[in-house]
Amino acid sequence: MSDRSYGILGVFHHSDAVEEAVKGLRGQRPADITVYTPLPHHDIEHAMARPESPIRVFTLVGGLTGAATGFAMPIWMSLDWPLITGGKPIISLPPFVIIAFELTILFGALATVLGLFVNAFILKPKASHVYDPSFSAGTFGVFVVPAEGRAEEARAVLERAGATEIRSEAVDA
Amino acid sequence: MATVTPPPAAPPPRRSPTHPHVGSYAQVNRDIFRMLSRPGRGWWMLFIPTLAGVGLLGFAFAVQVVLGIGMTGLMNPVGWGVYITTFVFWVGIAHSGTLISAILYLFRAPWRQSIYRAAEAMTVFAVMTAGLFPIIHLGRPWVFYYLLPYPNQRLIWPNFRSPLLWDVFAVGTYFTVSAVFFYIGMIPDIAAARDSTEVRWRRKLYTAMALGWTGTDREWKHFSRAYLYLAALATPLVLSVHSVVSWDFAMSIVPGWHTTIFAPYFVAGAIFSGLAMVITILIPMRKAFGLQAYLTPRHFDAMSKLILLTALIVTYAYATEYFMAWYSFEVPERNAFFNRAFGDYWWATWIMITCNAFVPQLLWFRNVRTSIGALFTISIFINIGMWFERFVIIIVSLSHEYVPWQWGTYMPSWVEIAILAGSFAWFFMWFLLFIRLLPPISVAELKEVLPSPLRADGAAAARVGPPADHGPSGHEGVR
Repeated sequence: MSDRSYGILGVFHHSDAVEEAVKGLRGQRPADITVYTPLPHHDIEHAMARPESPIRVFTLVGGLTGAATGFAMPIWMSLDWPLITGGKPIISLPPFVIIAFELTILFGALATVLGLFVNAFILKPKASHVYDPSFSAGTFGVFVVPAEGRAEEARAVLERAGATEIRSEAVDA
Repeated sequence: MATVTPPPAAPPPRRSPTHPHVGSYAQVNRDIFRMLSRPGRGWWMLFIPTLAGVGLLGFAFAVQVVLGIGMTGLMNPVGWGVYITTFVFWVGIAHSGTLISAILYLFRAPWRQSIYRAAEAMTVFAVMTAGLFPIIHLGRPWVFYYLLPYPNQRLIWPNFRSPLLWDVFAVGTYFTVSAVFFYIGMIPDIAAARDSTEVRWRRKLYTAMALGWTGTDREWKHFSRAYLYLAALATPLVLSVHSVVSWDFAMSIVPGWHTTIFAPYFVAGAIFSGLAMVITILIPMRKAFGLQAYLTPRHFDAMSKLILLTALIVTYAYATEYFMAWYSFEVPERNAFFNRAFGDYWWATWIMITCNAFVPQLLWFRNVRTSIGALFTISIFINIGMWFERFVIIIVSLSHEYVPWQWGTYMPSWVEIAILAGSFAWFFMWFLLFIRLLPPISVAELKEVLPSPLRADGAAAARVGPPADHGPSGHEGVR
């Protein structure tokens, strides 16, 4: 049984304390850190230094799919029922640009949402039990699953940074 | 002479430049989630009339369906009347929501946070209202789905060269993307509401709607990126939607409609009317819920400046239309514009010009921009003026369409007036439900403009707000 089934949660009231705690914990790899904040905090995000979100790929692919659909659909449908109106060619691209534009936006936006759901792992039935309702109000939480044998060290980092409360929590299965 | 040296003062608590009377993160939650409570008598006194209005809308529409489109005042040559006017009006209202939320987000405008949620809600509900009208306007509303490109027994497809079909795509996309943007942006706040409510059904509702949000750094990172991309997609969409709506007119050859300035003219007018509607809605909400610390005179001042800018664009467009009619030497065009100003509907034209071009000029004065009462009155004038702008463009142009023996005058019937009134009830019904069910001001984004709580502030200052944060100082600068 590895001791990685347990983590340590520190509760903070100050954002700079969270920053310090995160920087201190990042020093001792391989620690698995999760920060709970009531707002997107740039300094904390910077301290966490997570890789760039892949959502942009979803947006791009969705948008391009929409553009392609927006041209392909009217072209195919116009050819399927080739009725000349107003003396214009069957495939009149300028009006189809409008359809393509709108579908680019539509597909791009829906793909972005899909990307968010897939990457942020929301849509889970229950919040992690580590989560404390005060994290959405005004306090910050730093949850760390320390590397083997370094739990005491992690606890000390949280304490030094000024955690007002420190407790052990089981990691979600 | 002995002077008493005052004791060294503690440094004043750091304040947000935009919300100086909001002290702490916890206060934001308290003040905003107070609105998500059991409504009082005032709310019911507003809500029940809106239900009655929606009933009136349903009744009038039923009469029209049973007895036929002849129940309206529509005739030759005026085949587009109050329904299409009101459709364009509501699509226009819908514009400022995404403008405020998406465009001001991209520009990092510091006055956006307090107003954007209500503006987005207004957008979604306004599109829901606008969407009723093309269907109500159909002679056979039960076959509205013919507009959608779906495989059917008739083996035919919609005409993609028709501006009306572009409208289906533009308005449909606008509704979907606005609703998604509205909901996604609200997820962290719904989670916060979930954590703060004691009421069981609310907790169940918010738990379901929050989709398991816990505010981890990973969630915030992806959320922030997704929100940015949605804003970037919504911005061109806003501009495109009202352009497409304007092409419903500009693609035709009706004098008064066939003009290239219609797209920017309509977009500016839409933003103009939408901002006015935001002010019309926010001022009573601010008063009812005591949100003076969140909706400060600074917010109203900034919105007023945008209204003034768009009013100038609209005024310029009016002038350009008349100039082009005169300068082009086109007899039908000149006649159309002479008829607008001095014909059967001269009153509508002058209501439009007075409300949209002259009244907003008052906003040049700072005293007016920071006076809540004056702003509310001006915003009502603009709402009226912008409805009449669409009335003038649509009905006056059609009434003097081509050859003179075909001219005619149209007046809306009681069915059309009832449906127009009912559309306002429908819109406000949704809005009233919204302010009691979902956080009407963004909690997470407001926290972003407050100073971060730092250890240097001391534990007490970070947790307790500045003194008198609910007191009369919150009304400072409001007359």
